Amino acid sequence: MSKILININGKDYSAEPGKMVLDIAKENGIYIPTLCHYEGIKPQGSCRICTCKIDGRNMTACTTPASHRMVVETNTEELEKIRSTIVELLFAEGNHFCPACERSGNCELQALAYRYKMMVPQFPYIFPSKDLDAENPKILIDHNRCILCKRCIRRKKEPDNPSWFVFKGRGHTTQINVDHELIDKEFNDELAQKAMDTCPVGAIIRKEKGFDVPIGERKYDKNPIGSDIEKGVTL
Amino acid sequence: MSKPIVATTSLAGCFGCHMSLLDIDERILDLIELVEFNKSPIDDIKTFTKQCDIGIIEGGCCNSENVHVLKEFRKNCKILISVGECAIMGGLPAMRNNNASISECLEEAYLNCVSVQANDEKIIPNDEELPMILDRVYPCHEIVKIDYFLPGCAPRADLIWNALVALVTGNEMDLPYEVVKFD
Repeated sequence: MSKILININGKDYSAEPGKMVLDIAKENGIYIPTLCHYEGIKPQGSCRICTCKIDGRNMTACTTPASHRMVVETNTEELEKIRSTIVELLFAEGNHFCPACERSGNCELQALAYRYKMMVPQFPYIFPSKDLDAENPKILIDHNRCILCKRCIRRKKEPDNPSWFVFKGRGHTTQINVDHELIDKEFNDELAQKAMDTCPVGAIIRKEKGFDVPIGERKYDKNPIGSDIEKGVTL
Repeated sequence: MSKPIVATTSLAGCFGCHMSLLDIDERILDLIELVEFNKSPIDDIKTFTKQCDIGIIEGGCCNSENVHVLKEFRKNCKILISVGECAIMGGLPAMRNNNASISECLEEAYLNCVSVQANDEKIIPNDEELPMILDRVYPCHEIVKIDYFLPGCAPRADLIWNALVALVTGNEMDLPYEVVKFD
C-alpha cells in the first residue's frame, strides 16, 4: 500500500497507513508520553496520558491509526495540562510513597511527575486501604502502587504466556490478582523479572534481588523520560 | 536593609531534611551572611521572638502539637515551604493512614507487639500532658496554606540551597532536573 502524509506539530511526515499515531511520532523523534502502553502489547488507551489533538479532537495516540492528511498536535499547553493532571490524580489516588519503593528512579509514573515538574498534586491524598500480596516466593504484589494499567494482564495474552494475572472486582475496588497455584509452580527468576519489567510502577516486585543500581545512576535520574526519543540519549 | 529571617522546624519528620540543609557544606558560611535564623533546632531558639520571612517545615502532622507548631509558623512567617516527602504527603508516618485505625496502632505499640514487656496493667499512655495523636497523618498543606514545596527524601542539599537563595535574593528559582527527586 502507498504511503500517506501525516502532519505532526506543523510538519509533514510520510508514514505507513494504519500505523498508530504514537508509533509514527516515535519514529520521527517526537515523544508522546505513555503509561498503559507497552511496546509489543496491543494498545488499549486507558490511561489517557498519550492524549493528542488529532484532527481537532482529543484522542489517544496509542490507539488511533494514522490516515492520509491527518493533523496531529502532540504538545500544546492544553494537552500538557491534561497530562500533568492525570499524573497528579494517580499520585493522589494511590499510596505512592517513593522513598520506600524499590522501583523509585526506574518508575514511569514518577518519571512523568519529574517531567511535568510536579512538586505536589493539586488534589488531596485519598490514602486508600490497600494490601500487600507477598505469598509467592518469587514476586511481591503491592496494591498500594498499582495504577491498574493492565499491562501485566494484557501481556499474558502473548501466545507463550499463560494467565498469571487477572483483574478482580469492579470500579474503585478493582485490583490485580494472581493465580497462586500457577505461579508457585511455574514462576522462576526470569519470569519474575519479566513481570516486574512489564509493570510501569512498583506494584510487581521481583523478590530476592533489588536496589542493585545506585542512586544517581538509575534510569530517570539524569535525563527525563522521553529524552531517548527526543534527543537520542540512552536511558 | 536587614537580613531576611528564617525559621525551621521538624514536625513528624526524622530530621533528615535538616541534615540535608546542613549538607550544603561550606556554603553554610554564605547562608549565615544571607539570612538570620530565628526559631529553629539549628540555633536552638524555642519560640518566635520576631516576625520571620521564611518558614521551613519538615515532616507532616501526626499529633496536636504538630498542628499547633505549624499554625504558629503560619502566623509568624510570610512564606512557608514544605520540605521533604513527609511534609508534602505524610511520608513514612502516613503509612498508618491506609490500613490501621489509631486504636490498632496504639494497641500494637503498647499491648500486642512482641517487644512489649511488663505492661501487665495494659496501659496505653493518655496523660493530658501528652499531645493527642491525630486520626491520621496529615500533609502540611491540608492544615495551613503552604507557599512552596521541595520534594525529596531528603531533598537534595542543592535543591534547598537553590530555592532558599532564589527566595532571599528575589531571583527566579533554578531547579535542575537532577536535584528534584522524590527519594
